[in-house]
Amino acid sequence: MIEFKLPSLGADMDEGTLLEWLVHPGDKVKKGQIVAVVDTSKTAVDVECWQEGTVADLLVEPQQKVPVGTVLALLLEAGESAADAEKYKRENLAPPIAAAPVVATPPAPAPTISAPMKKSALAGRRPITPIARRRAQELTVDLDTVTGSGPDGAVTLEDVEQAAARRAQGAAASNDKQANKPTDRQAEMRKAIAAAMSRSKREIPHYYLAEPIPMARALAWLAQENIQRPMAERLLPAVLLLKAVAKTLHEYPELNGFYRDGAFQQAMRVNPGVAVAMRQGGLLAPALLDADQKNLTTLMQELSDLVKRTRAGSLKSSELSEATITVTNLGDQGVESVFGVIYPPQVALVGFGRIIDKAWVEGGQVKVQPIVVASLAADHRVSDGHRGALFLTSLREHLQQPETLDTTQESEPS
Amino acid sequence: MTENEVKQVALSVLVSIAPEVADAELQADKPLRRQVDLDSMDWLNFLLGLNEKLHVEIPEADYARLVTLNDVVKYLVAKLP
Repeated sequence: MIEFKLPSLGADMDEGTLLEWLVHPGDKVKKGQIVAVVDTSKTAVDVECWQEGTVADLLVEPQQKVPVGTVLALLLEAGESAADAEKYKRENLAPPIAAAPVVATPPAPAPTISAPMKKSALAGRRPITPIARRRAQELTVDLDTVTGSGPDGAVTLEDVEQAAARRAQGAAASNDKQANKPTDRQAEMRKAIAAAMSRSKREIPHYYLAEPIPMARALAWLAQENIQRPMAERLLPAVLLLKAVAKTLHEYPELNGFYRDGAFQQAMRVNPGVAVAMRQGGLLAPALLDADQKNLTTLMQELSDLVKRTRAGSLKSSELSEATITVTNLGDQGVESVFGVIYPPQVALVGFGRIIDKAWVEGGQVKVQPIVVASLAADHRVSDGHRGALFLTSLREHLQQPETLDTTQESEPS
Repeated sequence: MTENEVKQVALSVLVSIAPEVADAELQADKPLRRQVDLDSMDWLNFLLGLNEKLHVEIPEADYARLVTLNDVVKYLVAKLP
């Protein structure tokens, strides 16, 4: 029997609302298949299932809010039947009170499972289709103000788009410069960031380092590359920076991983989380999975897709739960350097400022060079400033050989 | 295509990337990226959208000339196929 549980999609998530099931009892589920859409306080997420099986029972209904770790569904392994699922449910998932009359030890805090949702509990709540929810997030439409035209007053994609169009017309008609009313989503997003960042600053002894990196070679190489490429395949400097970080992490694995239960766990993959600012405020840092293994063209496509899906609210659960370090690039906002706050349980964050032309001394000569300031915020429980400094100098060296970054790497033993 | 039509196309591409622009009053002679919060990825998508709709190829070397909405429109009109 396979328990499909609500995964934690980040340090700032302790519960989630099931929006929609994408599978039904009897369906076969493949590894990595998206089986449900769940709303965290930050965004709607496509939740993947990492085990193969046949759906036996869906235990949580749409619109139900449950804690992380709740069993959402039972999946049958090969050779099991529906009767096995019923038995398993009775024996393992029954509410603790009903389980055993006399127990010496308190009931394990394990599988929380709510009684099936009754219709009455749903009264007053309108169903909202996931696509409508995503579009509403994209268009910053407050769903509370939208009248649903679907069955049971469900809010549909069309309703959201019409609401957005009406708002735009209204704004155009009256010159009323009304400040955007913060929506629930914004307030929730703020709360989630506050929780994660407070935890970070409370628990993680940060140290900070910065290093200016000459970018003339890297930018010249990029310009040369981009001349030959169609517009849709041109590379942004951000991709080169991300790849350089991923590659350098192979040499400094103590910056890539998690600090959990009083110990550092090195991650086996290099999945940099890319900080993406949301248009309505706040941010998400979904992972660019296995960035160290991919060439620049692939990374560029994936980054572009990741940013689009982050803003549209259609990230996959693995992208939110598997970032092993965060990379933030505030260069576009025009600041010279950024010192980040580590996203727990990660142990490091690399920041890049804007690429700025500066006077630079090389070989006794003053030259004008494009420079980017790279910074490292790292967890002092896991690494020391000396290693952090070596990481930044190695990063600088990698960026002096941009052509070596455009390779698809074999897995290196690290 | 007139200058005004090109401007409407440019605005529609912009709104698809930054939905909040519909509400804002955009000053066509002021730097676009100061008024609309566009990062380098948004900016690339804006130019790509223009390329798709108007079939104008925009070499990277020309990016620096495209500062205001007026610059963008003039540039596109001159290069329309």
